[in-house]
Amino acid sequence: MNAIIEVRDVSKSYGGVAANTGISLSVDEGGITGLIGPNGSGKTTLFNSIVGYHPIDSGSIKFESKEISKLPVQAIARRGLLRTFQQTRIYGKMNCVQNMLISLPHRKMSFFDAFSRHGQQDYERTDGLLDFVGLYEKRFLRAGSLSFGQQKLLEFAMALMNEPTALLLDEPTAGINPTLINGLIDRLKRANTEFGITLFVIEHNMRVIMNLAEKIYCLAHGQLLAEGTPEQIQNDQRVIDAYLGVH
Amino acid sequence: MNKRNLILYIAILTATVIAPFLFPDFRTQLATLWLMIIVALTWDMTGGQMGYNSLGNIFFYGTGMYVAAVIAIGLVYDVGAYTDAAGGQIFIFTEAQYFSGLFLGVIGAGLFCSVTAVVIGYLTFGLRGPYFAIGTLGVAIAAGELVSNWDWVGGGQGIALPVYPGDFDIGKLLFYYLFAGVGVVLFIFLKWLYSTRFGEAINAIRDDEEKAEAMGLHTLRYKLTTWAMAAFFVGMVGAISAFQLIHFEPLETAYQTINLGIFMVVCVLLGGKGTLWGPVVGAILFHVFKEVTWNYLLGWQWVALGALIVVTVVYFQDGIMGWLMHRRPEWFGIRVEEKDTAGA
Repeated sequence: MNAIIEVRDVSKSYGGVAANTGISLSVDEGGITGLIGPNGSGKTTLFNSIVGYHPIDSGSIKFESKEISKLPVQAIARRGLLRTFQQTRIYGKMNCVQNMLISLPHRKMSFFDAFSRHGQQDYERTDGLLDFVGLYEKRFLRAGSLSFGQQKLLEFAMALMNEPTALLLDEPTAGINPTLINGLIDRLKRANTEFGITLFVIEHNMRVIMNLAEKIYCLAHGQLLAEGTPEQIQNDQRVIDAYLGVH
Repeated sequence: MNKRNLILYIAILTATVIAPFLFPDFRTQLATLWLMIIVALTWDMTGGQMGYNSLGNIFFYGTGMYVAAVIAIGLVYDVGAYTDAAGGQIFIFTEAQYFSGLFLGVIGAGLFCSVTAVVIGYLTFGLRGPYFAIGTLGVAIAAGELVSNWDWVGGGQGIALPVYPGDFDIGKLLFYYLFAGVGVVLFIFLKWLYSTRFGEAINAIRDDEEKAEAMGLHTLRYKLTTWAMAAFFVGMVGAISAFQLIHFEPLETAYQTINLGIFMVVCVLLGGKGTLWGPVVGAILFHVFKEVTWNYLLGWQWVALGALIVVTVVYFQDGIMGWLMHRRPEWFGIRVEEKDTAGA
């Protein structure tokens, strides 16, 4: 399989704190890749580096074989590389339908398209995707009035609306009711198979990530600790030590 | 648009047209009311719909005044000689010169302010929240001080425009209809704009700009366009005000940061931020309140105004429309809808 995201020797430090040191990894096109690691191990920093949220100190990041480490956030998003946030972010004062409609891909939109209204197919797509995440009944409620879990589902649906090539999910199941988690895993898998979106997922819930990912990278202290299939990671003594704090 | 709304809009339009004949003594007051509605609506474009609370929109009002004056005078005479004369020399404007100056002045002021908004916006839209408010306020105050030291446009004494060439009462009527015309066009324009994808985009910037960036929106482009559109209308009404007032000076009339510059914000807060009708309702209530207290509570008028602001900010943070939306969400389409009843 081809690598859609290639990270080579990326380092990023905040002042004296080295959040990422010489990290290299690749995300396969069309697959689901996981990223795990103890708290503070640099997972979100790496995500932020990939989507252009901050400049990296050294190294290279390629998306679809093109260097993106110098591009601003919006430009990377318009290329089809999207992220969701650990602290869920939705447009609180707008209703779910508006949240979805504004998430339509802007890479296909010229400036003057902004002065048009949405067509019927946009509304149908919105309804279909809200139905997909189970928020259809609440679609005219303000997004800010939804529960945290529902906001998380809405954010996921918004990301799908954007038709990304690859989607970076930062802890998609954190704060979600355990009974809903199975449904969410199922939806993530379907987004991958039905819509063909490459997923790169940070997750703390081991059961979720072992079920979901085909390949897992583990970070600790800002460095790449291990990589492999879920079975290899589960049996890797270094990973177990990192999580239990032997380091 | 349904039938009930259509009747409502026709009624409002009719009232707008006949109001100066029903209340002939209040023509200037009614014109000022439209001015308040326009500046409130344009302030809400950035403040309410886009989440950028500008305290510097008065800059475009003052700049519009000066641009219009320079155009109207410059078409006929040398501006420097005109302002230098200080009454010592008589300048005559024919009717045709007056009206071409008025027309080109108003349009020119709008366009000039749009361009300035893009330039200032480019420099200030990196600021967020209170920093943007203070930054734009600084621009307005600085502009007032600069213009009051610029002798070519009359310096601190200000500048006098030609007087309306015809009958005085007809002149009042003309200015009323100019303000009302701009107001009606602005309202229709905004009603359309907020229904497009552009409206959604600026709402998204208001709710979470970082998320909007992460979703690939051209945020700076939307912000600059919105402010340029707002500045166009503010510049035009500034120009109309200049011709209506005939004489104006920089600090108290043109760049009046503590009067109109704050009033437009209070109007919007009173009526409800981020709604189409909020600024209109707020401007009407505010103007009535202000005129009543200025007439019957003279000496205490600023205290009454302060009390109004305190009550609004403490008890009605979302304004009248926001309060209504909270009490009657179903009127605004906020509802849970079951799947089988939906038409989709």
